[in-house]
Amino acid sequence: MSTDNSSQPNSLAGVAAARHREPGSAPLGSGLEARGVHAWFGSHHALEGVSLDFAAGTVTALIGPSGCGKSTFIRTLNRMHEFIPSAAMAGEVLLDGKDIYAPGTDVTKIRLQIGMVFQKPNPFPSMTIGENVLAGLKLAQIKSDRNKDELLEECLTRAGLWQEVKDRLGAHAGGLSGGQQQRLCIARSLAVNPKVLLMDEPCSALDPGSTLRIEDTISQLSKTMTIVIVTHNMQQAARVSDYTAFFLADGGPGQMVEVGPTNEMFSRPKDERTENYVSGRFG
Amino acid sequence: MSSSVIERAVPEKRVLTTKPRPSDVAFRATLNVMSYSSLLILAAIGGFLAFRGFGAFKENGFGFITHSDWSSIVDNSGKEVNTFGMAAMITGTLIISTIALVIGVPISVLTALFLTFYAPEKIKRALVTVVDLMASFPSILYGLWGFIVLSPMATYWAKLIYKYLHWIPFLNVPSPAFERSPFLAGIVLSIMIIPIVTSVSREIFGQTPLDRIQAAYALGATRWGMIRAVVLPFGASGVVGGAMLGLGRALGETVAVYSVLNIVFKINWHILYGYGGNIASMIVQKFGEASFTEKKALLAAGFVLFVMTLLVNMVANTVVQRAVKSGK
Repeated sequence: MSTDNSSQPNSLAGVAAARHREPGSAPLGSGLEARGVHAWFGSHHALEGVSLDFAAGTVTALIGPSGCGKSTFIRTLNRMHEFIPSAAMAGEVLLDGKDIYAPGTDVTKIRLQIGMVFQKPNPFPSMTIGENVLAGLKLAQIKSDRNKDELLEECLTRAGLWQEVKDRLGAHAGGLSGGQQQRLCIARSLAVNPKVLLMDEPCSALDPGSTLRIEDTISQLSKTMTIVIVTHNMQQAARVSDYTAFFLADGGPGQMVEVGPTNEMFSRPKDERTENYVSGRFG
Repeated sequence: MSSSVIERAVPEKRVLTTKPRPSDVAFRATLNVMSYSSLLILAAIGGFLAFRGFGAFKENGFGFITHSDWSSIVDNSGKEVNTFGMAAMITGTLIISTIALVIGVPISVLTALFLTFYAPEKIKRALVTVVDLMASFPSILYGLWGFIVLSPMATYWAKLIYKYLHWIPFLNVPSPAFERSPFLAGIVLSIMIIPIVTSVSREIFGQTPLDRIQAAYALGATRWGMIRAVVLPFGASGVVGGAMLGLGRALGETVAVYSVLNIVFKINWHILYGYGGNIASMIVQKFGEASFTEKKALLAAGFVLFVMTLLVNMVANTVVQRAVKSGK
């Protein structure tokens, strides 16, 4: 921990500096790259020309005021965007150099490699805790040669939930608290062993205690996978991410204003609009 | 020391009243009368059937629902000899309704899934209209169509089923008579219950929470995988309720079954075999030429049908309500 930073006027930068590590220090995971991504809902142009690299094994936070297109953007990264009937997109999203929008791509395979955690915890209420974690294997009809119990324990441990639920894996998931449910959802997405995990405001429906536990989980997970997280909470971005991208919709479609190492984004952003936002002058 | 109890002044609770306007009172009274009238009519019908049929119940005792003889004969001395038992009609009704459900419910559920999750918007709208139209189609038309068009086909299917599956007891027949069988009546009925089961299922499937659907997709589920993991568990009780509403209709369906079924007072478990029983159709068949006593027995039969239908519909309503409320 670098305690010197605490005296700085911009404490977010201090937190971020403490968190920041050199890219490349995490060898695992898989890179994701967005190239010139546009998104539309019907005739509404929601996102314009976003190009962003997510290096393997890094955590990237997407910040920006509501309606700036950051959630839309993250949903283009695993093709969840196209569920909205009038939705359209342009550009490319490359996973390990391959365009996930290429014709003939099996979307379900893409989503197995790029998992997603949603804003509202959404476990399957008709399934038990254990069944929820392993639901992905069943849904995608993956024949895992791994021992189910081991996998269950591993996923729940990585999601930081094992200790709390190990004695009631057969209980229904609806009985868990909101924070536990969200960690269960994280465990569920880990079971299919994704290379990338997208998190769309995973803590916005949770209390501060649960939020901290999830952030712990994110830090642990970032050792083995690439993580992209949308957040409204700038402290959170500072605490968990290596890189931060700032999105803004200035009357027109949402755009990415700036991206950089998180500590730099919070201490000396290049763009004035970023400066205004991270210093709390608007948004 | 005084043992003074601290008394807190608790004010008296006030009675909260409002004085409604006369127009309000009148309106409310009208609504009351209207809404209770349907209940009243239902009770009146039930009461009438029970009252008029009472004689038949009394004369035949339990035999009325456990025996299968139905005869009203004038013997040599000019005395009327009556035996009324409707066991064959009750079992027949249940058998035909079951066949209708077994055929109709899967078709309805698959149709509802297609309409909710697969059909393009245009096709969906057209199909929903068609299915709703099916519900309002007069049942005599189903009956005529069943008799003229479906009957020869169903006879052929029945022969095929018999040929390959006759080792299953209820698919066997004593002799090769496949016309006007419970099987045919069941098919006709299944077509008639498809609209109601489909529309209830569609309603429930459409309420599946989006976040659960997305969760399944985000885990790499195929559409069918998503439906199995999320939609079917969510909609199961609704489908059951819809099926029971369909059953309610199937139990009471008269004209369509009358047109295609050979009604005989003998319990027939061989569903492919050419005769069967059905309460409602039997009443229609007999009523015109019935003697005074037989009419009473027919009214008693009507009461049995009334109770059966009422029970099924009540259970169905409860199940559907629970499905809608729980939102699971």
